[in-house]
Amino acid sequence: MYDIEKYYQAKDVEDAVRALEEDADAVVISGGSDVLIKIREGKLAGCSLVSIHGIPALEGVRMEADGTIVIGPATTFSHITYDSVIQKYIPALGWAVDQVGGPQIRNIGTIGGNVCNGVTSADSAALLFTLNAVLELTGPKGTREIPVAEFYTGPGRTLREHAEILTAIKITRENYRGFYGHYTKYGKRNAMEIATLGCAVHVKLSADNMRISEFRLGFGVAAPTPIRCFKTEETVKGMAVTDPELYEKIQEGAVSEVTPRSSWRASREFRLQLVRELSVRTAKEAIEKASGGEADA
Amino acid sequence: MGVGSSKNRVDAWEKVTGQAKYTADLMPQNLYTAKVVHSTIANGWVKSFDLEEALKVPGVVKIVTCFDVPDIQFPTPGHPWSVEKAHQDIKDRKLLNRRVRMYGDDIAAVIAEDDIAARRAADKIKVEYEEYPVILDPEASMKEGAPLLHEEKPGNVIAHTSFVLGDGSFEEAACEEGLAVIEKEYRTQPVQHCHIEVPVSYAYMEKGRIVIVTSTQIPHIVRRVVSQALGIPIGQIRVIKPYIGGGFGNKQDVLYEPLNAFLCTQAGGHGVRLELSREETLGCTRVRHAFTWKIKGAVREDGTLVARKYEAYSNQGAYASHAHAIAANAANIFKQLYQDEKVLESDSYTVYTNLMTGGAMRGYGIPQGDFVTECVADDLARAVGMDPLEFRLKNCVKEGYKDPHLGIAFHSYGLKACIEKGREYIRWEEKRKAYENQSGPVRRGVGMAIFNYKTGVYPISLETSSCRMVLNQDGSMQLFMGATEIGQGADTVFTQMAAEITGITEDRIHIETVQDTDTTPFDTGAYASRQTYVSGKAVKKTGELFKQRILEYAAFKLKLPCGDMPLGEEKNAEAGAGASEAAEACAESSAWKRLDIKENQVIDKASGEVLLSLAALAEEALYSLEKSVHITAETTSHCKENSFASGVCFAEVEVDMPVGKIRILDIINVHDSGKLINPSLAKAQVHGGMSMGIGYALSEELLVDEKTGRPLNANLLDYKIPTAMDTPNLHTDFVEMDDPTGPFGNKALGEPPTIPVAPAIRNAVLHATGIAFDSLPLSPQKLVERFMKEGMIGAESGKLKGGETHV
Repeated sequence: MYDIEKYYQAKDVEDAVRALEEDADAVVISGGSDVLIKIREGKLAGCSLVSIHGIPALEGVRMEADGTIVIGPATTFSHITYDSVIQKYIPALGWAVDQVGGPQIRNIGTIGGNVCNGVTSADSAALLFTLNAVLELTGPKGTREIPVAEFYTGPGRTLREHAEILTAIKITRENYRGFYGHYTKYGKRNAMEIATLGCAVHVKLSADNMRISEFRLGFGVAAPTPIRCFKTEETVKGMAVTDPELYEKIQEGAVSEVTPRSSWRASREFRLQLVRELSVRTAKEAIEKASGGEADA
Repeated sequence: MGVGSSKNRVDAWEKVTGQAKYTADLMPQNLYTAKVVHSTIANGWVKSFDLEEALKVPGVVKIVTCFDVPDIQFPTPGHPWSVEKAHQDIKDRKLLNRRVRMYGDDIAAVIAEDDIAARRAADKIKVEYEEYPVILDPEASMKEGAPLLHEEKPGNVIAHTSFVLGDGSFEEAACEEGLAVIEKEYRTQPVQHCHIEVPVSYAYMEKGRIVIVTSTQIPHIVRRVVSQALGIPIGQIRVIKPYIGGGFGNKQDVLYEPLNAFLCTQAGGHGVRLELSREETLGCTRVRHAFTWKIKGAVREDGTLVARKYEAYSNQGAYASHAHAIAANAANIFKQLYQDEKVLESDSYTVYTNLMTGGAMRGYGIPQGDFVTECVADDLARAVGMDPLEFRLKNCVKEGYKDPHLGIAFHSYGLKACIEKGREYIRWEEKRKAYENQSGPVRRGVGMAIFNYKTGVYPISLETSSCRMVLNQDGSMQLFMGATEIGQGADTVFTQMAAEITGITEDRIHIETVQDTDTTPFDTGAYASRQTYVSGKAVKKTGELFKQRILEYAAFKLKLPCGDMPLGEEKNAEAGAGASEAAEACAESSAWKRLDIKENQVIDKASGEVLLSLAALAEEALYSLEKSVHITAETTSHCKENSFASGVCFAEVEVDMPVGKIRILDIINVHDSGKLINPSLAKAQVHGGMSMGIGYALSEELLVDEKTGRPLNANLLDYKIPTAMDTPNLHTDFVEMDDPTGPFGNKALGEPPTIPVAPAIRNAVLHATGIAFDSLPLSPQKLVERFMKEGMIGAESGKLKGGETHV
């Protein structure tokens, strides 16, 4: 039995915003895979919920005329993984969200919830960072757009205001075209897991596949929020894929940019070792894909 | 059919379709809900409560605190009660405790109209404590001046037992020139059973008696303990056990039934339900005891095991529960599995701490004992450069072994045959050689571990079991067992046994799965690996008597002449002569011995001729105007036998050193468990045990905060049970030998599969990496830290850049 004081099912985004404005303590619920757990644990016991579940405008993936891919935040992980646009243009995102929990969670949990929950371990977040995704928020004052890399302000904290709803996740064409990506989730087991470390890479090679023309490296759980390693990315830019120093640069750069902490779940030293190892493994995988020229835009 | 066939489970259909009724499915409407209030300190006293705000919560019926419960201390383990005071279980807890001995101790309970009201009230209860320092390990607990946890046990030591086998001391034996000597510490962690159904019960009063419906392995013992805890006569209590979703030993402890019964009396006899959350189950019920060992071993260059010294500390946690029985068992396998040429010194301590309470868990101390025994075996073999399999063949327990203290023996011995089967399957020599000289970051290895395991608890405890058979008027049978089906397949194998003995086919045997202490014959319950062995004997004994009674009636109905000559000859001899009167007398005679039952027909034993259907006989027996008999049989089997089962696990692993991950490439358990009653169920039993062993080896560990004793990962996200994605294909094999003491040639299989897995994996990692990990679990961080320390990985290792695959 869940301790829920009130439950309001919003008809549309506008209605949800209005309901949130009316109740300063209300919590947005979509799939519920984070919110219900917090209620059960007691952290949100007795709360009021505003549900955005089932609002059609928030679901599905589409491509706009300019090639921008728009992901409805209420799209479940399973739907993202099996969406044809995602599979064709950003398969690494489909793969990353397929690492979440187990099949049941992926059938109910949504990508918007994953992002708005604000935690560093969100499997979609590190990957969205490497795609320069832009988040569209709709609130009482209208709509605004925020790059995902600026959205997180601390553990469990984001720029989303109380009465705002995440209404779209946008990835423009120049941010996926010609890019190849990979995500490595490291957990203590192979399913039903929250990442001990998540590493995402997107890479674009020169026309002859010889050099790195763009390299994007993102991490989850390597800092209080998901992060990008911008300095490392700059260092690597232009390097030959066969350069013997390439992976050393990636490894050293990554370690210098992350700030993992020690907890009973994993020590800082262990996480740094994972950063060292996974940055290389994930980059190799992405570069291999890029060289092989699978999936394209 | 009968024994030896892979019959489908008798409850398969009900369980698969969801029709099987578990405790929560049976709850009537309008029960009150009870919520236990747990302490938020680990050591100290409850000084007072402030209940004012809590009592204001709408829907609260009553709040009962540790100041309101009877001043009675009671024991909780599911042992047969000992009529000798010295052997009785330790009585060291009350229904609710003022003296707090663990984080999450039960200090109060809210009774409310529903779950939410109960929880809201529980959150509003304010508690004032007096706090003492938190003690989490035996070493700290045994220190002079440590706070006393139970005043009955000075020094916090529940028990210290020791023995010496052989002459002299370890130190003297180790003086011999040329011996390799090891001196090491080993450690195992607390883990939990994680049965899928949490502890759940409800209690109500009826005609002045308390009825408790509960998910337990031991209904008759629950009845006794409730009686002890509440101080009311046992006849006033009725315990009903429906289908249960697993127990693995946690429900071989009387957990919350006494409190549930008490709360029911406090609510005027109104029904009260008490269902734990998963978090409470992990944090507040029972765990597998954590152990630390100090071990010395001496081995001659030719691989002869010369001497060992064993010193064990079992972390009991807050309450005694099964107490020193676990540590004693662990010491037993160290003694039994290898015989030292000169001497074995053994010391075991069981010590109270502020950790979760250790209780019974599949294997009962032997998974711990086997871990240390089999780590030591590999470490000793390594010390003299001997192949660990050869070391085992040379030193392990031999055919004909009898425990010098307990007298338990191998009445059938298949250990070495198991080793041979496993060796062949895993291709031991080939892989030991192939993985000899690896240098990459990803390395492979093979390892093994053997074990032996006593089937029942005789002669340490009483073994008693009862069975009742009733003939229905259509010739089918009702079968009542005191022993409990807890998911292990007991109902199915009992049905097969009953069919084997009586000649009534399985489809006509209706076993009652619900144990109800008002009507069920007595049995101490499902624990040890005793059901097919001990309770199987009860089925056999009852079945024989039942069959005799049927055949006696058949002899009467068939008007057989007296005597036990073969049927045809008698027919000729006494044809026609005043048979009716004679037949009456013959019912008491031995005429029935000429008959048998086969596939529901009474037959002539000698010729096989069908004489009478059981259906006709049963109908006649009940309704006969001449002689009406309700044919039933009930017996108790007091088992005074025991036999060692044994087996081996072989594991092949791949260690990804830079990220500390172990992948099991192949794994097999080979078991010497006597004759299999149901080969499919036996396999399934082994699969489950191996899965449990893999979790024990790699990922499971209950963690508590060192300062406060608060559980850190008492939930199934942070407590890492292996998922399907983490579980390799599990291979099983058996060496089937007829054990003369088993009712059908069978011996233990329930617990054994979980025993050898962890040490086999540990030894495989040792082979792969050259690193001996001496504590469980083999968690990634532990591996990475060690590999970094050894300079095998990390920023400074230089030569080992990541991402390489196995070479």
